[in-house]
Amino acid sequence: MKQVLFLGRGGQGAVTSAQILAIATFKDGKYSQAFPNFGVERMGAPVRSYCRIDEKEITLREQVYEANYAIILDPTLVKQLTEKVTELIIVNSNKKPEELGIVTDAKVKCVDITSIALKVIGKPFVNIAAIGAFSALTGEVSINAIDEAIKQQMGHKGTLVEKNILAIKEVYENAKRE
Amino acid sequence: MSEKKVISGAEGVAIAVKLCKPKVLPMYPITPSTLVPEKLSEFVFNGEIDSKMIHVESEHSAISALYGAYATGVRSFTATASQGLALMHEILPIVSGSRFPAVMFVANRALSGPLSIWNDHSDSMSERDQGWIQLHCESNQEAFDTIIMAYRIAESKKVLLPVMVCADGFYLTHAYEPIQIEDQEKVDAFLPDYTPEHYLDTTNPKTFGAFAQPNSYMEFKEEEEKAMREAIREIIKVSKEFDKSFGRKYGNGLVEGINLEEAEYAVLGVGSVCGTIREVIKELNEQGKKIGLIKLKSIRPLPVEDLKILCKDLKILGVIDKHASIGFGGALTNDIRSALMGEKVKVEGFVAGLGGRDINKEKIKELINTIMKNKEGYWLK
Amino acid sequence: MKVKEKEKKENIPLTCGAVITQPGSTKKYKTGEWRTFIPIIDQEKCIKCGKCWMNCPDGAIFKTPEGKFMINYAYCKGCLICEKVCPVKAISHKVEEK
Repeated sequence: MKQVLFLGRGGQGAVTSAQILAIATFKDGKYSQAFPNFGVERMGAPVRSYCRIDEKEITLREQVYEANYAIILDPTLVKQLTEKVTELIIVNSNKKPEELGIVTDAKVKCVDITSIALKVIGKPFVNIAAIGAFSALTGEVSINAIDEAIKQQMGHKGTLVEKNILAIKEVYENAKRE
Repeated sequence: MSEKKVISGAEGVAIAVKLCKPKVLPMYPITPSTLVPEKLSEFVFNGEIDSKMIHVESEHSAISALYGAYATGVRSFTATASQGLALMHEILPIVSGSRFPAVMFVANRALSGPLSIWNDHSDSMSERDQGWIQLHCESNQEAFDTIIMAYRIAESKKVLLPVMVCADGFYLTHAYEPIQIEDQEKVDAFLPDYTPEHYLDTTNPKTFGAFAQPNSYMEFKEEEEKAMREAIREIIKVSKEFDKSFGRKYGNGLVEGINLEEAEYAVLGVGSVCGTIREVIKELNEQGKKIGLIKLKSIRPLPVEDLKILCKDLKILGVIDKHASIGFGGALTNDIRSALMGEKVKVEGFVAGLGGRDINKEKIKELINTIMKNKEGYWLK
Repeated sequence: MKVKEKEKKENIPLTCGAVITQPGSTKKYKTGEWRTFIPIIDQEKCIKCGKCWMNCPDGAIFKTPEGKFMINYAYCKGCLICEKVCPVKAISHKVEEK
C-alpha cells in the first residue's frame, strides 16, 4: 500500500488534490481512499490530506503517520512536515532541493508549479496541477486518469477544467525533465 | 446506472436516499452531515428526485416535519449529527412511539462542550433508548447499502420502527473511496412502495398523537419492545435478501465475527474503527497471535444471543467505546457486559477516540496487550 | 388487586402507534355527572345570539332546527361559562340534585 500526504494552506485545495488522486488511481484499476486530516480548517492554516493507493481493498482508517510520498503545495510549509516520508517529497518551489533545508532520507524534488499555474490558468491554482508532477515522478497514476478524475469531480466548473488539464500536462513535462 | 465510483461517503448516502425515493426531505445542515442535504438539494433542483425539500429552522423542526410527513403516509428522510441529534431528542421517542418507519442518517460527531466537530459516538449512543433501531457502518459502501436496507427493515409490518443509520463523521462522510452504486430498477425490486395502514386522510379521519392513560401506556411501550425483538429476525432476513439481490453482506446484518476460531482474545468495535482493527489482527495473526474481532453493527436491537455464541470460546473481550457514560465508564461496555452476564468471557472496556482522537493501530495493539495480560480496561488516550 | 382487575376490563385496543382509528370517541365519555351546578336557559328571555353555544368548552350546547339553544346535560360539566357570557341574563343555575 502506498500512502500519499498533501500539505497545503487552507484554501489552496489540498483536500481536493487527494480526492482527485483517489478518483484517478481508481480509474487506473487500483483501490484508493482519500480523506482530510482531522484538524481545524482555516484560511491560510496548514492543511493535510491523505490518499491511500493499493492493489486490494483498503480497510485501514487511521490517519497517515508515515507516508511514501509527500506533496508540499506551499514552499513555506516545508518545516511543518513532521511525518516520516520514505520515498519522495515533491515541493512546489522555484528553488533547488538542497536550498530548502529538509532533513529526510527520502528524495526531494522541486517543481515550480506556481509559475506554470499563473501562466496557464492565470491564477495560482496549484493543487490539481501538482498531481501532474506526482504522476511524472512516481508513475503511480496515469495522466489520462487524472484528466478523467477532474472531469468527474470538477465538471461543473467549465473552462477551469480545460485550463487545469493543460496545466497538468505542462507540469508533467516539466517534472519529467527534472 | 450501476457503476463503481470514487465518491465521498456523504454523497454515497445521498445517492442511496435518492434511490429509495423519499417524498419529503426536511433538512437542517450540521457538520459533518452537511454534504448529505447539499447533494439531496442538488438532486431536487435538477429534478432527479420527486421530493419536497423543506428548509426548516432547526433540527427540532426537521424531525417534527419528518413526523408530519410520516403522518401523511409518505416515505421521508433527514440527516443530522451531534448537537443536532441532541436537539431532536424530544421528538425521537414520539416518532418511534407513533411507529413511523422513518430513516435518519447520523454522521457521528462528539457532543459539546468543549465544542468539537470531530468524530465519536456520544451523539447516537446518548439516544439509544428512544425506540430507534441503530445501525452502524464500517465503510462507505456499507453506509450506502445500510440506507437501502434500513427502509426495508423499518417498513416491515412486523417492525414499524424508525432506523438511525450511523456512520463516523469525517472518517467516512468525508472519505473518498469506491462505492458500487446500484440501479434504480434493482433497488425498486428490493424495496417495495411504502403502504402504511394509518395516515392522515380527510375522508377517513383518525387521531394521531393521542393521550395514553396509565392503564395503556405500558402496553404501547411493550408493543415497541416486542417490535424491537422482532427486528432482530427481520434485520437478518433483510440482510440475506440484500445479499441475494446485490451480492454484499455485513455479518448477519446485526453483528459480524472475524477470526474468532481458536481466538481466546477479541476486540469489539463499532463503525469505521473496525477497518483498522482488521489490519491489526491480520498483522498479529501473521505473528502467530490469534486475536478475533467482533464488529457490532446493531446497537439497538442488541443481538444478545448472537454475542453469546460469538464469545463462547473467548477468555477476554476488549470493547472500544467511543462514548463515555460519565460516571459509569463506557455505555457500550456496560451493555455488552450485561448481555454476556453469566458467560465465561470477561469484558474489559476501553473508552477511546473521543472528540476525533485517532484510534490508530498502535492504540489497538496496546489494547490487545492489555487484555492479553489480563489487566483492566482504561481510557485509551 | 381490585383496581388491577378493573383496569383489565376496560379493554383498550392496542393499535400500532397508538392511532385512534375512530375519531370522536370522546363522545363515549358522558361527563354530565361531574356537575355540581346545573345551568338553565330561560327560553323567554333568550335572544338567540348564540354566545353560550360559541363559548361552551365542551360543545354541550346545541342549536335546534327551530333556532333554539339547548343544553345537552349528558355532557355539561356545569362550569357556568354560559351564564357568565349571556348578555341578557337568560341563563341561571341551581345546585344539581343527585
